[in-house]
Amino acid sequence: MKIDWFTVIAQVLNFLILVGLLWRFLYKPILKAIDEREKKIVARLADAEAKKTEANKEQEEFKQKNEAFDKERKALLDKAVAESEDERKKLLEQARKDAASLTAKLDAASKEAQENLNHEIAQKTRQQVFAITRKALTDLASAGLEEQSANMFIGRLHGLKEEEKRQFVDAFKSNSNPILVRSAFDLPEKQQNEIKDAVNRILSAAPQFQFKTNPELISGIELSANGYKLAWSISEYLNSLEKSIPVMEKEISETLPPKK
Amino acid sequence: MKLSPDQTIFWSYGFFNINLTLVTTWGIMLLLVLTSAIITRKLKTDMHISRWQCILEMVVTGINSEIKGVGLDSPQLYIGFIGTMFLFIATANVLIVFPYYQAPTGSLSTTTALAISVFLAVPFFGIKQRGIGTYLKSYLQPTFIMLPFNLISELSRTLALAVRLFGNIMSGGMIVAILLSITPFIFPIVMQALGLLIGMVQAYIFSILATVYIAAAVQAPPKNSDKKDLVTKK
Repeated sequence: MKIDWFTVIAQVLNFLILVGLLWRFLYKPILKAIDEREKKIVARLADAEAKKTEANKEQEEFKQKNEAFDKERKALLDKAVAESEDERKKLLEQARKDAASLTAKLDAASKEAQENLNHEIAQKTRQQVFAITRKALTDLASAGLEEQSANMFIGRLHGLKEEEKRQFVDAFKSNSNPILVRSAFDLPEKQQNEIKDAVNRILSAAPQFQFKTNPELISGIELSANGYKLAWSISEYLNSLEKSIPVMEKEISETLPPKK
Repeated sequence: MKLSPDQTIFWSYGFFNINLTLVTTWGIMLLLVLTSAIITRKLKTDMHISRWQCILEMVVTGINSEIKGVGLDSPQLYIGFIGTMFLFIATANVLIVFPYYQAPTGSLSTTTALAISVFLAVPFFGIKQRGIGTYLKSYLQPTFIMLPFNLISELSRTLALAVRLFGNIMSGGMIVAILLSITPFIFPIVMQALGLLIGMVQAYIFSILATVYIAAAVQAPPKNSDKKDLVTKK
Protein backbone atom coordinates (compact mmCIF):
# COMPACT_ATOMS: atom_id res chain seq x y z
CA MET A 1 0.00 0.00 0.00
CA LYS A 2 2.98 2.21 -0.05
CA ILE A 3 3.67 4.65 -2.80
CA ASP A 4 6.95 4.26 -4.61
CA TRP A 5 7.70 7.80 -5.68
CA PHE A 6 10.22 6.75 -8.33
CA THR A 7 7.54 4.62 -9.90
CA VAL A 8 5.11 7.52 -9.68
CA ILE A 9 7.51 9.84 -11.49
CA ALA A 10 8.35 7.14 -14.01
CA GLN A 11 4.68 6.43 -14.62
CA VAL A 12 3.91 10.13 -15.12
CA LEU A 13 6.70 10.28 -17.68
CA ASN A 14 5.53 7.01 -19.23
CA PHE A 15 2.03 8.39 -19.46
CA LEU A 16 3.18 11.63 -21.07
CA ILE A 17 5.31 9.68 -23.56
CA LEU A 18 2.33 7.45 -24.31
CA VAL A 19 0.18 10.54 -24.88
CA GLY A 20 2.73 11.84 -27.37
CA LEU A 21 3.15 8.50 -29.14
CA LEU A 22 -0.55 7.82 -29.39
CA TRP A 23 -1.16 11.34 -30.66
CA ARG A 24 1.45 10.73 -33.34
CA PHE A 25 0.40 7.19 -34.27
CA LEU A 26 -3.27 7.02 -33.43
CA TYR A 27 -5.33 10.16 -32.99
CA LYS A 28 -3.74 12.39 -35.58
CA PRO A 29 -3.85 9.95 -38.51
CA ILE A 30 -7.26 8.64 -37.55
CA LEU A 31 -8.78 12.08 -37.15
CA LYS A 32 -7.17 13.17 -40.38
CA ALA A 33 -8.52 10.11 -42.19
CA ILE A 34 -11.97 10.71 -40.77
CA ASP A 35 -11.89 14.35 -41.79
CA GLU A 36 -10.71 13.50 -45.26
CA ARG A 37 -13.32 10.84 -45.65
CA GLU A 38 -16.01 13.18 -44.43
CA LYS A 39 -14.82 15.77 -46.92
CA LYS A 40 -14.89 13.12 -49.62
CA ILE A 41 -18.37 12.07 -48.60
CA VAL A 42 -19.55 15.66 -48.65
CA ALA A 43 -17.92 16.12 -52.04
CA ARG A 44 -19.47 12.92 -53.29
CA LEU A 45 -22.87 13.91 -51.99
CA ALA A 46 -22.52 17.29 -53.65
CA ASP A 47 -21.36 15.57 -56.80
CA ALA A 48 -24.22 13.13 -56.61
CA GLU A 49 -26.63 16.00 -56.09
CA ALA A 50 -25.16 17.84 -59.04
CA LYS A 51 -25.30 14.70 -61.14
CA LYS A 52 -28.86 14.10 -60.07
CA THR A 53 -29.79 17.64 -61.02
CA GLU A 54 -27.97 17.19 -64.30
CA ALA A 55 -29.66 13.86 -64.87
CA ASN A 56 -33.05 15.35 -64.09
CA LYS A 57 -32.34 18.18 -66.45
CA GLU A 58 -31.22 15.79 -69.14
CA GLN A 59 -34.19 13.59 -68.52
CA GLU A 60 -36.48 16.58 -68.85
CA GLU A 61 -34.69 17.64 -71.99
CA PHE A 62 -34.86 14.14 -73.41
CA LYS A 63 -38.53 13.94 -72.55
CA GLN A 64 -39.20 17.22 -74.30
CA LYS A 65 -37.20 16.12 -77.29
CA ASN A 66 -39.07 12.86 -77.36
CA GLU A 67 -42.39 14.64 -77.21
CA ALA A 68 -41.34 17.01 -79.94
CA PHE A 69 -40.16 14.10 -82.03
CA ASP A 70 -43.43 12.27 -81.46
CA LYS A 71 -45.39 15.34 -82.42
CA GLU A 72 -43.31 15.86 -85.52
CA ARG A 73 -43.58 12.23 -86.47
CA LYS A 74 -47.33 12.30 -85.97
CA ALA A 75 -47.61 15.48 -88.01
CA LEU A 76 -45.52 13.98 -90.79
CA LEU A 77 -47.50 10.79 -90.69
CA ASP A 78 -50.80 12.68 -90.78
CA LYS A 79 -49.51 14.80 -93.61
CA ALA A 80 -48.37 11.72 -95.52
CA VAL A 81 -51.72 10.02 -94.94
CA ALA A 82 -53.59 13.13 -96.06
CA GLU A 83 -51.37 13.48 -99.09
CA SER A 84 -51.79 9.85 -100.04
CA GLU A 85 -55.53 10.21 -99.55
CA ASP A 86 -55.54 13.28 -101.78
CA GLU A 87 -53.42 11.47 -104.32
CA ARG A 88 -55.74 8.49 -104.18
CA LYS A 89 -58.75 10.71 -104.68
CA LYS A 90 -57.01 12.53 -107.49
CA LEU A 91 -56.04 9.28 -109.18
CA LEU A 92 -59.53 7.90 -108.72
CA GLU A 93 -60.99 11.09 -110.11
CA GLN A 94 -58.58 10.97 -113.01
CA ALA A 95 -59.40 7.32 -113.64
CA ARG A 96 -63.08 8.09 -113.47
CA LYS A 97 -62.66 10.97 -115.86
CA ASP A 98 -60.57 8.85 -118.19
CA ALA A 99 -63.14 6.10 -118.04
CA ALA A 100 -65.91 8.59 -118.68
CA SER A 101 -64.07 10.17 -121.56
CA LEU A 102 -63.24 6.77 -123.01
CA THR A 103 -66.85 5.73 -122.63
CA ALA A 104 -67.96 8.99 -124.24
CA LYS A 105 -65.48 8.47 -127.07
CA LEU A 106 -66.63 4.91 -127.46
CA ASP A 107 -70.26 6.04 -127.47
CA ALA A 108 -69.45 8.78 -129.94
CA ALA A 109 -67.50 6.40 -132.11
CA SER A 110 -70.24 3.80 -132.05
CA LYS A 111 -72.85 6.48 -132.63
CA GLU A 112 -70.85 7.86 -135.48
CA ALA A 113 -70.38 4.40 -136.92
CA GLN A 114 -74.08 3.83 -136.56
CA GLU A 115 -74.87 7.13 -138.15
CA ASN A 116 -72.41 6.49 -140.94
CA LEU A 117 -73.97 3.14 -141.49
CA ASN A 118 -77.44 4.61 -141.40
CA HIS A 119 -76.37 7.38 -143.69
CA GLU A 120 -74.75 5.00 -146.07
CA ILE A 121 -77.75 2.74 -146.02
CA ALA A 122 -80.03 5.72 -146.60
CA GLN A 123 -77.84 6.99 -149.38
CA LYS A 124 -77.64 3.60 -151.01
CA THR A 125 -81.36 3.14 -150.61
CA ARG A 126 -82.00 6.59 -152.02
CA GLN A 127 -79.70 5.97 -154.94
CA GLN A 128 -81.37 2.65 -155.56
CA VAL A 129 -84.81 4.21 -155.30
CA PHE A 130 -83.84 6.99 -157.70
CA ALA A 131 -82.14 4.58 -160.03
CA ILE A 132 -85.19 2.33 -160.03
CA THR A 133 -87.47 5.33 -160.52
CA ARG A 134 -85.27 6.71 -163.26
CA LYS A 135 -85.18 3.32 -164.94
CA ALA A 136 -88.91 2.80 -164.63
CA LEU A 137 -89.75 6.28 -165.90
CA THR A 138 -87.15 6.02 -168.70
CA ASP A 139 -88.73 2.73 -169.72
CA LEU A 140 -92.16 4.30 -169.58
CA ALA A 141 -91.07 7.41 -171.51
CA SER A 142 -92.47 7.62 -175.02
CA ALA A 143 -93.43 10.21 -177.71
CA GLY A 144 -96.86 10.45 -176.21
CA LEU A 145 -95.50 11.13 -172.83
CA GLU A 146 -93.07 13.59 -174.48
CA GLU A 147 -95.88 15.40 -175.99
CA GLN A 148 -97.64 15.57 -172.69
CA SER A 149 -94.40 16.86 -171.15
CA ALA A 150 -94.08 19.56 -173.78
CA ASN A 151 -97.68 20.57 -173.12
CA MET A 152 -96.91 20.79 -169.40
CA PHE A 153 -93.84 22.92 -170.17
CA ILE A 154 -95.85 25.23 -172.43
CA GLY A 155 -98.55 25.46 -169.76
CA ARG A 156 -95.88 26.36 -167.27
CA LEU A 157 -94.48 29.04 -169.53
CA HIS A 158 -97.91 30.54 -169.78
CA GLY A 159 -98.50 30.31 -166.06
CA LEU A 160 -95.25 32.06 -165.06
CA LYS A 161 -95.68 34.58 -162.27
CA GLU A 162 -94.85 38.21 -162.87
CA GLU A 163 -91.67 38.02 -160.88
CA GLU A 164 -90.47 34.98 -162.77
CA LYS A 165 -91.46 36.50 -166.03
CA ARG A 166 -89.38 39.58 -165.26
CA GLN A 167 -86.35 37.49 -164.43
CA PHE A 168 -86.84 35.50 -167.62
CA VAL A 169 -87.14 38.64 -169.71
CA ASP A 170 -84.02 40.17 -168.09
CA ALA A 171 -82.04 37.02 -168.81
CA PHE A 172 -83.09 36.83 -172.48
CA LYS A 173 -82.85 40.50 -173.26
CA SER A 174 -79.17 40.70 -172.48
CA ASN A 175 -78.43 37.62 -174.48
CA SER A 176 -77.56 37.49 -178.15
CA ASN A 177 -77.02 33.73 -178.17
CA PRO A 178 -79.89 31.53 -179.26
CA ILE A 179 -82.11 30.10 -176.52
CA LEU A 180 -81.28 26.46 -175.92
CA VAL A 181 -84.18 24.05 -175.58
CA ARG A 182 -83.21 20.53 -174.53
CA SER A 183 -85.57 17.55 -174.46
CA ALA A 184 -85.33 13.82 -174.01
CA PHE A 185 -86.80 13.16 -177.46
CA ASP A 186 -86.96 15.21 -180.65
CA LEU A 187 -89.83 17.61 -180.28
CA PRO A 188 -92.37 17.63 -183.17
CA GLU A 189 -92.62 20.79 -185.29
CA LYS A 190 -95.96 21.70 -183.78
CA GLN A 191 -94.70 21.70 -180.25
CA GLN A 192 -91.50 23.51 -181.20
CA ASN A 193 -93.67 26.26 -182.69
CA GLU A 194 -95.90 26.35 -179.64
CA ILE A 195 -92.85 26.81 -177.40
CA LYS A 196 -91.50 29.49 -179.70
CA ASP A 197 -94.89 31.29 -179.63
CA ALA A 198 -95.11 31.16 -175.89
CA VAL A 199 -91.58 32.48 -175.44
CA ASN A 200 -92.12 35.15 -178.10
CA ARG A 201 -95.22 36.24 -176.32
CA ILE A 202 -93.47 36.57 -172.96
CA LEU A 203 -90.43 38.29 -174.41
CA SER A 204 -92.36 40.24 -177.03
CA ALA A 205 -89.51 39.41 -179.45
CA ALA A 206 -88.41 36.60 -181.80
CA PRO A 207 -85.12 35.21 -180.62
CA GLN A 208 -83.16 32.34 -182.22
CA PHE A 209 -83.95 28.85 -180.89
CA GLN A 210 -81.79 25.80 -180.81
CA PHE A 211 -83.37 22.43 -180.09
CA LYS A 212 -81.28 19.50 -178.65
CA THR A 213 -82.09 16.05 -177.36
CA ASN A 214 -80.83 14.73 -174.06
CA PRO A 215 -82.24 11.38 -172.80
CA GLU A 216 -81.10 12.03 -169.22
CA LEU A 217 -83.90 14.55 -168.82
CA ILE A 218 -86.40 11.70 -168.67
CA SER A 219 -89.41 13.00 -170.54
CA GLY A 220 -88.88 16.64 -169.85
CA ILE A 221 -87.95 19.94 -171.47
CA GLU A 222 -85.35 22.42 -170.36
CA LEU A 223 -84.98 25.99 -171.56
CA SER A 224 -81.82 27.82 -170.70
CA ALA A 225 -80.07 31.07 -171.57
CA ASN A 226 -77.39 33.03 -169.69
CA GLY A 227 -77.61 30.84 -166.59
CA TYR A 228 -81.35 31.23 -166.27
CA LYS A 229 -83.00 27.92 -166.58
CA LEU A 230 -86.64 27.02 -166.91
CA ALA A 231 -87.41 23.33 -166.94
CA TRP A 232 -90.03 20.78 -166.44
CA SER A 233 -88.88 17.16 -166.25
CA ILE A 234 -89.26 14.15 -164.03
CA SER A 235 -85.49 14.26 -163.59
CA GLU A 236 -85.87 17.79 -162.25
CA TYR A 237 -88.36 16.60 -159.67
CA LEU A 238 -86.15 13.71 -158.72
CA ASN A 239 -83.14 16.04 -158.39
CA SER A 240 -85.04 18.45 -156.25
CA LEU A 241 -86.31 15.56 -154.08
CA GLU A 242 -82.77 14.20 -153.83
CA LYS A 243 -81.53 17.62 -152.74
CA SER A 244 -84.23 18.04 -150.17
CA ILE A 245 -83.62 14.67 -148.43
CA PRO A 246 -80.36 15.60 -146.63
CA VAL A 247 -82.01 18.83 -145.45
CA MET A 248 -84.89 16.83 -144.07
CA GLU A 249 -82.54 14.39 -142.37
CA LYS A 250 -80.73 17.24 -140.71
CA GLU A 251 -83.96 18.79 -139.49
CA ILE A 252 -85.10 15.45 -138.06
CA SER A 253 -81.83 14.80 -136.27
CA GLU A 254 -81.97 18.27 -134.73
CA THR A 255 -85.49 17.89 -133.43
CA LEU A 256 -84.78 14.42 -131.94
CA PRO A 257 -83.18 14.26 -128.47
CA PRO A 258 -79.50 13.22 -128.53
CA LYS A 259 -78.71 9.58 -127.91
CA LYS A 260 -77.04 8.64 -124.67
CA MET B 1 1.33 -12.28 -0.80
CA LYS B 2 2.18 -9.26 -2.80
CA LEU B 3 -0.56 -6.63 -2.91
CA SER B 4 1.10 -4.49 -5.56
CA PRO B 5 3.23 -5.18 -8.62
CA ASP B 6 5.54 -2.53 -7.21
CA GLN B 7 6.82 -5.12 -4.83
CA THR B 8 8.21 -7.29 -7.62
CA ILE B 9 11.53 -5.55 -8.27
CA PHE B 10 13.76 -6.66 -11.11
CA TRP B 11 16.58 -4.17 -10.75
CA SER B 12 17.39 -1.59 -8.07
CA TYR B 13 19.99 1.07 -7.65
CA GLY B 14 19.35 3.38 -4.73
CA PHE B 15 16.29 5.50 -5.54
CA PHE B 16 15.98 3.91 -8.96
CA ASN B 17 14.32 0.54 -9.34
CA ILE B 18 12.71 -1.31 -12.19
CA ASN B 19 9.65 -3.15 -10.90
CA LEU B 20 6.86 -5.16 -12.50
CA THR B 21 4.61 -2.08 -12.72
CA LEU B 22 7.03 -0.25 -14.97
CA VAL B 23 7.77 -3.31 -17.10
CA THR B 24 4.08 -4.04 -17.58
CA THR B 25 3.42 -0.38 -18.39
CA TRP B 26 6.11 -0.43 -21.04
CA GLY B 27 4.62 -3.59 -22.44
CA ILE B 28 1.18 -1.96 -22.61
CA MET B 29 2.67 1.16 -24.16
CA LEU B 30 4.47 -0.93 -26.76
CA LEU B 31 1.29 -2.85 -27.50
CA LEU B 32 -0.81 0.29 -27.93
CA VAL B 33 1.73 2.18 -30.00
CA LEU B 34 2.64 -0.77 -32.23
CA THR B 35 -0.99 -1.66 -32.83
CA SER B 36 -1.83 1.94 -33.67
CA ALA B 37 1.22 2.34 -35.88
CA ILE B 38 0.53 -0.88 -37.78
CA ILE B 39 -3.10 -0.06 -38.32
CA THR B 40 -2.65 3.62 -39.16
CA ARG B 41 0.23 2.87 -41.53
CA LYS B 42 -2.25 1.83 -44.17
CA LEU B 43 -5.09 4.22 -43.53
CA LYS B 44 -7.57 4.65 -46.32
CA THR B 45 -9.76 7.63 -46.96
CA ASP B 46 -12.07 5.78 -49.32
CA MET B 47 -15.55 4.58 -48.57
CA HIS B 48 -14.26 1.05 -47.98
CA ILE B 49 -11.81 0.74 -45.09
CA SER B 50 -10.20 -2.19 -43.29
CA ARG B 51 -11.99 -3.60 -40.24
CA TRP B 52 -9.05 -2.64 -38.00
CA GLN B 53 -9.22 0.93 -39.17
CA CYS B 54 -12.95 0.83 -38.60
CA ILE B 55 -12.42 -0.34 -34.99
CA LEU B 56 -9.87 2.39 -34.33
CA GLU B 57 -12.14 4.99 -35.87
CA MET B 58 -15.01 3.78 -33.72
CA VAL B 59 -12.82 4.06 -30.61
CA VAL B 60 -11.56 7.53 -31.49
CA THR B 61 -14.95 8.90 -32.52
CA GLY B 62 -16.50 7.28 -29.42
CA ILE B 63 -14.01 9.04 -27.14
CA ASN B 64 -14.55 12.26 -29.09
CA SER B 65 -18.30 12.12 -28.64
CA GLU B 66 -17.94 11.34 -24.92
CA ILE B 67 -15.70 14.38 -24.45
CA LYS B 68 -18.17 16.47 -26.40
CA GLY B 69 -20.99 15.06 -24.29
CA VAL B 70 -19.34 16.32 -21.12
CA GLY B 71 -19.32 19.80 -22.56
CA LEU B 72 -15.98 20.40 -24.23
CA ASP B 73 -16.64 21.87 -27.63
CA SER B 74 -13.28 21.09 -29.24
CA PRO B 75 -12.65 17.45 -28.33
CA GLN B 76 -9.60 17.16 -30.61
CA LEU B 77 -7.69 19.38 -28.11
CA TYR B 78 -8.26 16.96 -25.22
CA ILE B 79 -8.46 13.57 -26.92
CA GLY B 80 -4.71 13.12 -26.70
CA PHE B 81 -4.78 13.28 -22.93
CA ILE B 82 -8.19 11.88 -22.08
CA GLY B 83 -8.21 9.26 -24.82
CA THR B 84 -4.77 7.99 -23.89
CA MET B 85 -5.78 7.81 -20.24
CA PHE B 86 -8.84 5.75 -21.10
CA LEU B 87 -7.02 3.46 -23.52
CA PHE B 88 -4.15 2.89 -21.12
CA ILE B 89 -6.36 2.10 -18.12
CA ALA B 90 -8.76 0.00 -20.19
CA THR B 91 -5.95 -2.01 -21.79
CA ALA B 92 -4.20 -2.48 -18.45
CA ASN B 93 -7.44 -3.71 -16.87
CA VAL B 94 -8.57 -5.92 -19.77
CA LEU B 95 -5.26 -7.77 -19.90
CA ILE B 96 -6.07 -9.43 -16.55
CA VAL B 97 -7.59 -12.25 -18.60
CA PHE B 98 -4.02 -13.49 -19.09
CA PRO B 99 -2.68 -15.63 -16.29
CA TYR B 100 0.14 -14.30 -14.09
CA TYR B 101 -0.60 -10.81 -15.38
CA GLN B 102 -0.74 -8.10 -12.79
CA ALA B 103 -2.38 -4.86 -13.86
CA PRO B 104 -0.20 -1.76 -13.37
CA THR B 105 -3.38 0.04 -12.34
CA GLY B 106 -3.40 -2.23 -9.29
CA SER B 107 -0.38 -0.28 -8.08
CA LEU B 108 -1.07 2.83 -6.05
CA SER B 109 2.03 4.40 -7.61
CA THR B 110 0.51 4.14 -11.11
CA THR B 111 -2.90 5.45 -10.08
CA THR B 112 -1.22 8.25 -8.18
CA ALA B 113 0.82 9.08 -11.23
CA LEU B 114 -2.35 9.20 -13.34
CA ALA B 115 -4.15 11.29 -10.75
CA ILE B 116 -1.20 13.68 -10.59
CA SER B 117 -1.34 13.90 -14.37
CA VAL B 118 -4.98 14.95 -14.13
CA PHE B 119 -4.11 17.30 -11.26
CA LEU B 120 -1.54 18.96 -13.51
CA ALA B 121 -3.64 18.80 -16.68
CA VAL B 122 -6.54 20.72 -15.12
CA PRO B 123 -4.59 23.99 -14.57
CA PHE B 124 -2.67 23.40 -17.83
CA PHE B 125 -5.80 23.32 -19.97
CA GLY B 126 -7.51 25.96 -17.84
CA ILE B 127 -4.68 28.45 -18.24
CA LYS B 128 -4.27 27.56 -21.91
CA GLN B 129 -7.93 28.30 -22.60
CA ARG B 130 -8.71 31.17 -20.26
CA GLY B 131 -5.39 32.75 -19.38
CA ILE B 132 -3.59 32.47 -16.07
CA GLY B 133 -5.33 35.37 -14.32
CA THR B 134 -8.83 34.28 -15.09
CA TYR B 135 -7.95 30.72 -14.17
CA LEU B 136 -6.47 31.61 -10.80
CA LYS B 137 -9.39 33.92 -10.05
CA SER B 138 -11.71 30.97 -10.42
CA TYR B 139 -10.33 29.66 -7.12
CA LEU B 140 -11.73 32.79 -5.44
CA GLN B 141 -15.24 32.10 -6.64
CA PRO B 142 -17.86 32.75 -5.40
CA THR B 143 -15.84 34.58 -2.67
CA PHE B 144 -12.24 34.50 -1.50
CA ILE B 145 -13.37 32.57 1.59
CA MET B 146 -13.91 29.64 -0.74
CA LEU B 147 -10.20 29.55 -1.71
CA PRO B 148 -9.08 26.94 0.87
CA PHE B 149 -12.11 24.82 0.10
CA ASN B 150 -11.41 25.01 -3.57
CA LEU B 151 -7.81 23.99 -3.00
CA ILE B 152 -8.84 21.12 -0.71
CA SER B 153 -11.34 20.06 -3.32
CA GLU B 154 -8.60 19.94 -5.96
CA LEU B 155 -6.34 17.82 -3.81
CA SER B 156 -9.03 15.55 -2.42
CA ARG B 157 -10.50 14.74 -5.79
CA THR B 158 -7.03 13.86 -7.08
CA LEU B 159 -6.54 11.58 -4.10
CA ALA B 160 -9.98 10.11 -4.64
CA LEU B 161 -9.16 9.42 -8.28
CA ALA B 162 -5.98 7.60 -7.36
CA VAL B 163 -7.42 5.57 -4.53
CA ARG B 164 -10.66 4.69 -6.38
CA LEU B 165 -8.90 3.13 -9.31
CA PHE B 166 -6.27 1.44 -7.19
CA GLY B 167 -8.82 0.08 -4.73
CA ASN B 168 -11.08 -1.34 -7.41
CA ILE B 169 -8.38 -3.03 -9.44
CA MET B 170 -6.33 -4.21 -6.48
CA SER B 171 -9.41 -5.60 -4.77
CA GLY B 172 -10.39 -7.41 -7.94
CA GLY B 173 -7.00 -9.08 -8.13
CA MET B 174 -7.09 -9.81 -4.40
CA ILE B 175 -10.54 -11.38 -4.60
CA VAL B 176 -9.48 -13.68 -7.42
CA ALA B 177 -6.30 -14.62 -5.52
CA ILE B 178 -8.18 -15.36 -2.30
CA LEU B 179 -10.93 -17.29 -4.08
CA LEU B 180 -8.35 -19.38 -5.90
CA SER B 181 -7.12 -20.61 -2.55
CA ILE B 182 -10.66 -21.32 -1.26
CA THR B 183 -12.64 -22.53 -4.29
CA PRO B 184 -10.16 -23.06 -7.09
CA PHE B 185 -12.78 -24.09 -9.72
CA ILE B 186 -15.32 -22.02 -11.67
CA PHE B 187 -16.02 -19.31 -9.14
CA PRO B 188 -12.74 -17.42 -9.72
CA ILE B 189 -13.64 -17.29 -13.44
CA VAL B 190 -16.91 -15.56 -12.63
CA MET B 191 -15.06 -13.11 -10.41
CA GLN B 192 -12.50 -12.57 -13.13
CA ALA B 193 -15.28 -11.76 -15.60
CA LEU B 194 -16.68 -9.36 -13.04
CA GLY B 195 -13.15 -7.95 -12.71
CA LEU B 196 -13.12 -7.27 -16.48
CA LEU B 197 -16.36 -5.36 -16.21
CA ILE B 198 -15.11 -3.42 -13.19
CA GLY B 199 -11.88 -2.64 -15.06
CA MET B 200 -13.73 -1.16 -18.02
CA VAL B 201 -16.10 0.78 -15.77
CA GLN B 202 -13.16 2.20 -13.81
CA ALA B 203 -11.38 3.23 -16.99
CA TYR B 204 -14.52 5.01 -18.08
CA ILE B 205 -15.06 6.65 -14.67
CA PHE B 206 -11.47 7.82 -14.44
CA SER B 207 -11.51 9.33 -17.91
CA ILE B 208 -14.93 10.93 -17.51
CA LEU B 209 -13.98 12.46 -14.16
CA ALA B 210 -10.78 13.84 -15.67
CA THR B 211 -12.83 15.30 -18.52
CA VAL B 212 -15.31 16.84 -16.10
CA TYR B 213 -12.48 18.44 -14.09
CA ILE B 214 -10.86 19.80 -17.21
CA ALA B 215 -14.20 21.06 -18.51
CA ALA B 216 -14.86 22.80 -15.20
CA ALA B 217 -11.46 24.49 -15.41
CA VAL B 218 -11.80 25.45 -19.05
CA GLN B 219 -15.33 26.82 -18.91
CA ALA B 220 -16.07 29.59 -16.43
CA PRO B 221 -19.39 29.16 -14.65
CA PRO B 222 -21.58 31.84 -16.24
CA LYS B 223 -23.46 32.84 -13.08
CA ASN B 224 -20.32 33.61 -11.13
CA SER B 225 -18.76 35.70 -13.87
CA ASP B 226 -21.99 37.70 -14.16
CA LYS B 227 -21.89 38.40 -10.46
CA LYS B 228 -18.28 39.40 -10.71
CA ASP B 229 -19.06 41.86 -13.50
CA LEU B 230 -21.77 43.42 -11.39
CA VAL B 231 -19.41 43.75 -8.44
CA THR B 232 -16.72 45.48 -10.48
CA LYS B 233 -19.24 47.90 -11.94
CA LYS B 234 -20.34 48.92 -8.46
